Amino acid sequence: MRRQLLAGMVGALLVLGTPATGAQERFIVVSSTTSTEQSGLFGHILPLFEKDTGIRVRVVALGTGQALDMARRGDADVVFVHDQVAEEKFVADGFGVKRLPVMYNDFVLIGPKGDPAKIAGGRDILAALQKIAAAQAPFVSRGDKSGTHAAELRYWKAAGVDLDAKKGTWYKDTGSGMGPTLNTASSMNGYVLADRGTWLSFRNRGDLAILVEGDQKLFNQYGVMLVNPAKHPHVKKDLGQRFVDWIVSPQGQAAIAGYKIGGEQLFFPNACTIAAWRKSPVSSPRSAGTRDLASRNASRSNSRALAYAGNDARWCEIGSCLPVPARH
Amino acid sequence: MGTFSDSLTLAAALVAHLDPRFVDIVALSLRVSLTATALAACVGLPLGAAIAVGRFPGRQALTVLLNAMMGLPPVVVGLVVYLLLSRAGPLGAFGVLFTPAAMIVAQTILITPIIAALSRQVVADAWGEYREQLTSLGAGTFSAALTLIWDTRYSLATVLLAGFGRAIAEVGAVMIVGGNIDGVTRVMTTTIALETSKGDLPLALALGIVLIAIVLIINALAQYTREWARVRYG
Repeated sequence: MRRQLLAGMVGALLVLGTPATGAQERFIVVSSTTSTEQSGLFGHILPLFEKDTGIRVRVVALGTGQALDMARRGDADVVFVHDQVAEEKFVADGFGVKRLPVMYNDFVLIGPKGDPAKIAGGRDILAALQKIAAAQAPFVSRGDKSGTHAAELRYWKAAGVDLDAKKGTWYKDTGSGMGPTLNTASSMNGYVLADRGTWLSFRNRGDLAILVEGDQKLFNQYGVMLVNPAKHPHVKKDLGQRFVDWIVSPQGQAAIAGYKIGGEQLFFPNACTIAAWRKSPVSSPRSAGTRDLASRNASRSNSRALAYAGNDARWCEIGSCLPVPARH
Repeated sequence: MGTFSDSLTLAAALVAHLDPRFVDIVALSLRVSLTATALAACVGLPLGAAIAVGRFPGRQALTVLLNAMMGLPPVVVGLVVYLLLSRAGPLGAFGVLFTPAAMIVAQTILITPIIAALSRQVVADAWGEYREQLTSLGAGTFSAALTLIWDTRYSLATVLLAGFGRAIAEVGAVMIVGGNIDGVTRVMTTTIALETSKGDLPLALALGIVLIAIVLIINALAQYTREWARVRYG
């Protein structure tokens, strides 16, 4: 009886412990940010990538700081994040092969409709932050070394607000992702800096609304990098490189442009736009995907797209807009 | 409260439609936590019985340590297992980080002390009661421990349920070592955390209701089986 029980337990373990997914499955691990995962972008573009290449993508969504850390330890094949300064350091330190711009969206300053600091309708993010600090109106910060947190700290600095000196009970540090931080802001009617994608897909808005948007400084560029196989030999460099190639290709860029919530586009692909624009600012972009994108941008806010591309041009890669390699 | 009634409706819809993705998430939760419970039982039950019956130096200290480790924070267990399994860590070469196996390891570490500490208590109580009998029958420490485990099996079943309950309810460890990857390592608790992040509170709560219902059903089944076995085999 006891022996049967033991045999049964061992048998159950063998069955339960075996992974359900086939070992033959071709997959890569992409460390990315909560904004790309939670906005639903990956849910939209990854099935298209899988259809084109047969490669599954396993996304681990963290803040940009954590996502880069994870890749630094060798736990990811590709990084797809949004903090240019940190990304360039990542590549300079030899952890990433090469950084390619992929797409942008923008940050928006969210706040309660009551607007105690009287900032609604302005376009100047720095002026708005100065008013919030002066009014000591509740402000909720990510505080998690994410790309959004890094951007927020840059804006405070540029606004001349010394957070260390002025930080009081009005400034709340949640140390968590965009979603939990928005939940906190929603429950305490605070101001918060968010990326537009997460905001558009966020459901628990309460009394919050976008108060400041459209400042050129609020531009938010996403970049993609293959983790350096020289540092981490186990990195799936061929499969990872296919993902990098695909996401900056016309197919990948069109997939990004095609993702919308309630008719509003969340991310604006610019791997090709930047290259084309920089090469020849007046002529129309080359590929069909790019033309499509350019017209979308033009109809939305022409000046912003061009300004952003101009802002971005110094670190774009000419020729990054490559066709997707044929399937093996 | 609109949220609560919305959630109840949603929970009912989730169960009624049996969306394949939802079923996969529930199945993975059960697979990971049941496997972890079985593994932890293999280590925890003998360990608890040995401490209860055996006489060796440091036994008291070990008891205190085990009891304290019942309160291991899942997020710390997750972090330690992550550092061990990470490519930069000592066990990185196996490449099991961000797989269900990693989640099983983390949950096993989390609940082994619970099963060991509680079963030690159960077996120690029975040992106090039957000690003279067993000793007069000439039972050694090893056979006494085995006999006591068998005699207290119904109480020990409750101990295993406590371990399982802890495993299936925790989110901190599986979030870190599993990475909450869609279709690979996404379990019920990490889905709830994700939906909360997205601000979809009714859906998050609906998933929570389903999770509680599943745990309830498993406990009811265990209780029923126990009663049935007690009546059938005495």
